Amino acid sequence: MRAYFGRRYMLSASHRLHCDSLTPEENRTAYGKCNNPHGHGHNYTIEVLVGGEVEQATGMVIDLVDLDEAVKTCVIDRFDHTNLNLDPLFASLVPTTENLCRAIYSLLKTGLRVGLLEYVRVEETENNFFQCYDAPVLAEASQALAQAS
Amino acid sequence: MVFLTRRATFSAAHYYWNEAWSAEKNEQVFGRCSNRNGHGHNYTLEVTVAGEPDAQTGFVVDLKWLKDAIEREVLSAWDHRHFNLEVPEFAAAIPTTENIAIAAWKRLEPAVRAAKGAKLTAIRVYETPEIFAEYRGEA
Repeated sequence: MRAYFGRRYMLSASHRLHCDSLTPEENRTAYGKCNNPHGHGHNYTIEVLVGGEVEQATGMVIDLVDLDEAVKTCVIDRFDHTNLNLDPLFASLVPTTENLCRAIYSLLKTGLRVGLLEYVRVEETENNFFQCYDAPVLAEASQALAQAS
Repeated sequence: MVFLTRRATFSAAHYYWNEAWSAEKNEQVFGRCSNRNGHGHNYTLEVTVAGEPDAQTGFVVDLKWLKDAIEREVLSAWDHRHFNLEVPEFAAAIPTTENIAIAAWKRLEPAVRAAKGAKLTAIRVYETPEIFAEYRGEA
């Protein structure tokens, strides 16, 4: 029987929304306060849902410890208490929460067993959240994982 | 189609144990959850049904009816109970969050179907605010 298992994690990071191809004025118009040159930060909540067969012997879709380990290795260790703009994944990509959500999906898709990941949801504040059901696997995601292991 | 979700809470005890395994293997796989004296949680149950709002009432389903159905079919059997020792569906299955979601579906789906209104689409069970499982009726 197919079921889903979900877990919520926290990470804190800073970012600045700024696009090099826009003028300073266009950046201010597009991003408002989020364009502050010194950056700002959030406590992000990362919700990860995995789906699969409920194993008869354990009653589980995935062992919580394995999911925690994958999320820690692929996501938390990488982004927690960092400046997202300085991460190579965001070298030419604005670290909006949309893009962070896709990056996390990509990292976890690479880090978890094939077909397991159902969605990644990133809550930037209590009032905004973003959800991804698929994302292209970034080449950087595979490299990052190879370096971590 | 509109999706409507009703939340309910209940508290119950459980432990994880596979009778076919040695004590060592149970402890290794299930960790602290394998303590045979049990432990408990405040569970949150989310029941999602879907359908077209009725032309006259504007309801997908009468929320009071859904609340009563959850109370009658699920909470009356599970609230302040020990899953392993008192709840029949866990005589043979381990009361993991996944299996609890599946069991809640089996208890509620016939009642929702019989009401001939909305269709049950998902059961989500939160074991803690950070850990949850969902069942969508898939084989």
